[in-house]
Amino acid sequence: MEKIIFYILAIVIISLAILSVTTKKLYRATLYLLFVLLAISGIYFLMEYNFMGAVQLSVYAGGVMVLFIYAVMLTDKIGKPLRDIPTKWKIVPVLVTMGTAALSIYAIYSFQGINAQNEATITSVGQVGEKLLSYKAGGYVLPFEVISILLLAVMIGAIVIAKAKKIINQEKN
Amino acid sequence: MILTHINYFADLINYFSNTLGWGFGGKILGYVIIALIYMTFFSVAGLLLVYLERRVAAFFQLRLGPNRVGPWGLLQTIADALKLLTKELFGTDRKDNLLYHSAYYIVIIASLMALSAIPFSKGLVAFDVNIGVFFISAISSVGVLSILLGGWGSNNKYSMIGGMRSGLQMISYELSSGLAILTIVLMAGTLSMTGIVEQQRDMIFLLKGHIPALIAFIIFVIAGTAESNRTPFDLPEGEAELGAGYHTEYSGMGFAWFFLAEFINMFIISAVGVTLFFGGWLAPFGITDGLGPEWAWGLFWFFLKVFLMIFLLMWFRWTFPRLRIDQLLTLEWKYLLPIGLLNIIIMAVFVYFGLIL
Repeated sequence: MEKIIFYILAIVIISLAILSVTTKKLYRATLYLLFVLLAISGIYFLMEYNFMGAVQLSVYAGGVMVLFIYAVMLTDKIGKPLRDIPTKWKIVPVLVTMGTAALSIYAIYSFQGINAQNEATITSVGQVGEKLLSYKAGGYVLPFEVISILLLAVMIGAIVIAKAKKIINQEKN
Repeated sequence: MILTHINYFADLINYFSNTLGWGFGGKILGYVIIALIYMTFFSVAGLLLVYLERRVAAFFQLRLGPNRVGPWGLLQTIADALKLLTKELFGTDRKDNLLYHSAYYIVIIASLMALSAIPFSKGLVAFDVNIGVFFISAISSVGVLSILLGGWGSNNKYSMIGGMRSGLQMISYELSSGLAILTIVLMAGTLSMTGIVEQQRDMIFLLKGHIPALIAFIIFVIAGTAESNRTPFDLPEGEAELGAGYHTEYSGMGFAWFFLAEFINMFIISAVGVTLFFGGWLAPFGITDGLGPEWAWGLFWFFLKVFLMIFLLMWFRWTFPRLRIDQLLTLEWKYLLPIGLLNIIIMAVFVYFGLIL
């Protein structure tokens, strides 16, 4: 049963990911990307990693996608189909993508440390939180703090950008 | 935490797949039956809520409301639904068909998935996960997208403005409702919906957490009203300005899905509020404990509490005037969010020093 659901989700992810980069309509690309992200969260739920699945839903499908939609609306001529891309522009991205795929597959198959478990272990939110704040071996307190500082910087930057016009106008007066 | 509660839905699947020995097919049959139960509930509850809305509106305006079709006008909404079913579907000329038609499917699926994580009674929850509350708030943030997609796909300026307003509003108020939920989670120490209900056996969280819980409840009700796009926060479909906002260009069942989903979202918000603050399906002070099957009394108390909460939300609609867009954003970012953040700190201090009852 899990296998069937996995293959359905995998087909959805791959086909819609391809569609989202090949479509000529920018707004549809965001819709395809939304379905890709939803299907990825489906895979997390399939693994019974419910916390990660819900994070995927709320952060990517709910948050980032809305930002994408607003960003797409700011682009030029969204109502019209995109123009054709010259073939020579396609070569480098295709090569990079294929190289990345080859590297990933090589890395996965050459790594011997994975012990696949038959039974899914349910990770509780408490365990995630404790790992995030632990400064012992295997703890994530440093990345956590770095990300907090990054987010703070982004917020200050956003305020500065939003207020810049007002301040310039005030100085002029 | 592995949940070992009674779950009648899991029992049903188990019955088909193991007791009857149908294996894989039985499992599928069980899932289909559960899905049908939820979809029936979705439509029946939606129709009843529309009827209730009209009766409550009439009550506040000293009218009678629908009273001709069936006893007390109960069949009025069914007649309306039949009328909508027979209507022709038409849209604007150059709409984006894919976006236009996928929008209402996304909104229904999001509402149904959120419903699945709500415990209706003891053991009556289809998707009993250890992160229930978080799952509901995550899946309801996906519902915003349907409004944005439908607003754009309709190829109408009023739809698009309505969709954009709705996106702004829902994303902003999600923060506040999330903080209010977190305040209660801090006290409960679990994200599981059944776990939260079980913790309120001795006392409901609204009383247990006294001051911070009360503030969280007020924030939750305001943010919940805003998230379900109801008056006084119905700017996305402000009739006087935008026609009908994001569903201007939908007709027949396309419109009906959005309409139903809106009422079901109101139900979900009330149900989450009842679960978090009023003990969900538990009887108040345990007055009906041991008087019969617990799940039946649970259903009764749950729906009674949800009805009272929905009545409160409908009361708001006829009490407060609609906000302007700048007032709406000011309320969220300058008042609700700072108060919510402060409240969560107060709650943390209270929990740390054991000041909650």
